[in-house]
Amino acid sequence: MELADRAATIRAAYVHIPFCARLCPYCDFAVVTDRDDQTARYCKALTLEIEREKEWAPLDSIYVGGGTPSRVDPQQLGLVLDALAAQHGFSEEPEVSIEANPEDWSLDRALALRQAGFNRVSFGAQSFNSSTLLRLGRRHQPDQIAVAVFAAREAGFSSINLDVIFGTPGDGSWGETLVAALSLRPDHLSCYALTVEPGTELFRQVAAGSRGPDPDQQADAWETAAAAAESAGLVRYEVSNWARPGHAVNYNLAVWAQAEYLAFGLGAHRFRSKVRSHNYRHLDTYLAAAEKGASTWAGEEPIEGWTSEVERVFLGIRRVAGVRAGPAGEALWHSDEGQTLAKHGVIELDGGRLVVRRTLLTDAVARALLALPPPPIQN
Amino acid sequence: MSPFPPPMFPPARIRNFCIIAHIDHGKSTLADRLLERTGAISERDMREQVLDTMDLERERGITIKAQAVRLNYRAQDGVDYLLNLIDTPGHVDFSYEVSRSLAACEGALLLADAAQGVQAQTLANAHLAINAGLEIIPAVNKIDLPAADPERVIAEMIGVLGGRPEDVLRLSAKSGEGVDHLLDEIVRLVPPPAGDPDSALRALVFDSYYDAYRGVVCYVRIVDGSLSLGDPIRFMATGEIQSVDEVGVLTPKALEVGGLGPGEVGYLITGVKEIGRVKVGDTITNALRGAQTPLPGYDEPKPMVFAGLFPTEGDDFERLREALEKLTLNDASLKYEPESSRALGFGFRLGFLGLLHMEIVRERLEREYGLDLVATAPSVAFRVRLPNGDLLEVQSPQDVPDPDNRLGIEEPYVTAMIIAPAEHIGSIMELVQRRRGEAGSMHYLSPERVELTYRLPLSEVVFDFFDQLKSRTKGYASLDYEPAGYQVSDLVKVDILLNGVPVDAFSAIVHREKAATYGKLMTERLKELIPRQLFDIPIQAAIGGRFIARETVKARRKDVLAKCYGGDITRKRKLLERQKEGKKRMKLVGSVEVPQEAFVAALRVDTD
Ligand SMILES: Nc1nc2c(ncn2[C@@H]2O[C@H](COP(=O)(O)OP(=O)(O)O)[C@@H](O)[C@H]2O)c(=O)[nH]1
Ligand code: SF4
Ligand SMILES: [Mg+2]
Repeated sequence: MELADRAATIRAAYVHIPFCARLCPYCDFAVVTDRDDQTARYCKALTLEIEREKEWAPLDSIYVGGGTPSRVDPQQLGLVLDALAAQHGFSEEPEVSIEANPEDWSLDRALALRQAGFNRVSFGAQSFNSSTLLRLGRRHQPDQIAVAVFAAREAGFSSINLDVIFGTPGDGSWGETLVAALSLRPDHLSCYALTVEPGTELFRQVAAGSRGPDPDQQADAWETAAAAAESAGLVRYEVSNWARPGHAVNYNLAVWAQAEYLAFGLGAHRFRSKVRSHNYRHLDTYLAAAEKGASTWAGEEPIEGWTSEVERVFLGIRRVAGVRAGPAGEALWHSDEGQTLAKHGVIELDGGRLVVRRTLLTDAVARALLALPPPPIQN
Repeated sequence: MSPFPPPMFPPARIRNFCIIAHIDHGKSTLADRLLERTGAISERDMREQVLDTMDLERERGITIKAQAVRLNYRAQDGVDYLLNLIDTPGHVDFSYEVSRSLAACEGALLLADAAQGVQAQTLANAHLAINAGLEIIPAVNKIDLPAADPERVIAEMIGVLGGRPEDVLRLSAKSGEGVDHLLDEIVRLVPPPAGDPDSALRALVFDSYYDAYRGVVCYVRIVDGSLSLGDPIRFMATGEIQSVDEVGVLTPKALEVGGLGPGEVGYLITGVKEIGRVKVGDTITNALRGAQTPLPGYDEPKPMVFAGLFPTEGDDFERLREALEKLTLNDASLKYEPESSRALGFGFRLGFLGLLHMEIVRERLEREYGLDLVATAPSVAFRVRLPNGDLLEVQSPQDVPDPDNRLGIEEPYVTAMIIAPAEHIGSIMELVQRRRGEAGSMHYLSPERVELTYRLPLSEVVFDFFDQLKSRTKGYASLDYEPAGYQVSDLVKVDILLNGVPVDAFSAIVHREKAATYGKLMTERLKELIPRQLFDIPIQAAIGGRFIARETVKARRKDVLAKCYGGDITRKRKLLERQKEGKKRMKLVGSVEVPQEAFVAALRVDTD
């Protein structure tokens, strides 16, 4: 069995920390600013929400994302991890990740977080060019990234990731950013195309006539990244993710393998018992519900039958390893659109696996997949 | 006679008139005032341009359909009169609507805007009314406007119509000033209907529409005789025999009456279920005591522009056919026949009176019948001289034979009348020349304003000529045109190829000198309109086998979401599903996906 598919047995949990110093113009996450006075209360609410979830099984992977988890007192985060461990237990060598912004990081904080149980850190580096950082609304300087990486290593984090953004309009510094990022020898690299999400400041600017990202330029940038990362010994395993062997993020592998996972915190999405559900996205509503010991769910959607089968392939094709074709993959392959995609070298059917060969056209495959009619009901 | 003769209104006290004018000179607003003054509509129910009932009319602020309404009016002398008012559209595309209304009237109220003066449709409609033998009551409207110059406009009007300045009424349809006097003048000047109450029934069907609940509804004007509920009637042209199930008048609400006498205007509903059995312009007579000769009826309107309409969903072809059948009842000027296109499948080729008409028809089909349609580039009808000497009329560029199988192509010409301030003559002449116009005549309406007449190819006039004219004259020019025969021209067929495959819907017949410009424009425009796909798509323009323009839509390189993690699976999936829906509105031409807008965009082609 492919490693990618084995990930379906990983037991993962996500914890969302919504606090940020300031809202970045491209960000559409569940985020609050100017509410740092609520962090302790929020972590307490998280533990209450965690205690409400019925016992599952020892967790293999915990991912604390945001927002900016590095703004919160490491001890508070430690209590949240403790609550998870108390409820479900941890497996032998769990992967415990935290997202951090370079400007928050210090050796002391790194040590405290290690103490709390974290062993993997993902830095929001975004760029190594100060004017691009400014344009992205980020608050750190390029050299703070290097300092943060060294501190994390010193504190004993066994896996370090850098997030970088390409395709910012008018940005000529992508090559520079790649060289600088790779020279820090990260274990993992996520390169994201700047995306204009509805509801963001960036969206308003583009709607008002500002230049938006150019897809051709982004394609060039992605190809540059692919070449540079590979020559630095990183192997791509998903559209936007590269890792040294053994450092792919289990939490994400689980999601792409359609594993079930827990999730806690503001706006968090989970997938349990064939139902995807999500929490309130408004901080006070969430806090009130969690503190009352009530459900924090704002909505749910059953993922079953054909929907589930399509989603399995939809998620799986983002991986370099592709996905077991199965009924949906086969149906796609045999459809007119599937054949067109195959003819143009976008997809391949290789020993029962559906693989996207032209990664940058993955959504064309996804749309064709989502357009497939459900098969007649069989008994 | 039927057992219960209707309470007929004495014809001597009936006045049938219509309001005609250039667009926006205030016809519908004046109709509002007349409805108010005669108490046809309470103040509470009053809204602006109350007779413009179609959604489209209200949105665009124009009248598309003529509307008939009956008013009761007590004159100064205390005598009660019955006035039948018909509000008409002003746009050149709808002049057929106007001429049909004229046939139901004895008088016409001709309005001219006191600031804008006599415009092209003022003249065109005045000529229609004079030719129909109507009594014309001229009036200047909008005298309340600060820019009003009634003296000048009155001088222009009598320059055109003859008569004395004091015969021209002064009105403000907005404030109501002059409206009382106008009502008295209508009673005094419009002749009463001359019909004979005792002779056999002859009623003119001047309009009709299809009502989903009641079937075909006919608007009629009784010329001779009378008609009562239950009467057996015969449509003289189609031979259809039915009985009158309902008869009524519009006040403007539909009001059932027992019958209608000579000179009266109203509606009737019969058992006609089959739409084709009722034709506008037909004469209704009594089935038992019939008239011998029908009324003159109307000349069939001649379509000026042709375009294909295709349902987006192939299955909707039959629905489109039914919708067209129903719509032609209400729009007798619409002509259609089935057509098939390699690119677009099965649809219809429609003939329209102009581009506005085309736009309106398309919108009505989409709105009133819930269809989703693709329209091809509009074209005029050509005549092709075949090697055996025959003339073949073609309404679609794709039907034009190859150069080897034709001797020449003739195109339709029009006589165009332009009214504009004299200072713009130079710029107008330049435009006309560029549009292959022939030198024409000039006539001063006043020292500042001229009427220019030219002979031009129809194809150069129908599309964007008026827009160009307006932009060159700061909006002060008006335009009217009428057919003026065919003429041989140096025309070529330009084909557009996508990925090497000619797309019939994009072919056009253009003048040789303009072919390169057309080809370049179309290829450039399509390049913008066709989304990037998995492979490079060459877009070429060709005359015969010779390429005259080329563009390429480069293959799509990046089409992938940067992130798809545990928190956004549902959202990302829904986003892609929505994009997929958008793709459904594409037509697959060969292996190329073409958005529907691309077909419509050809409409905007401007070869200047
Ligand atoms: N100031 C002024 N405006 C008027 C008068 N009559 C009509 N209008 C305005 O002229 C515009 C066109 O009127 P409408 O009745 O739709 O014209 P139609 O196209 O001839 O039916 C509307 O905005 C009216 O409000 C008038 O007597 N005075
Ligand atoms: S720091 Fe991250 S989560 Fe916070 S606003 Fe910026 S992009 Fe969004
Ligand atoms: Mg009107």
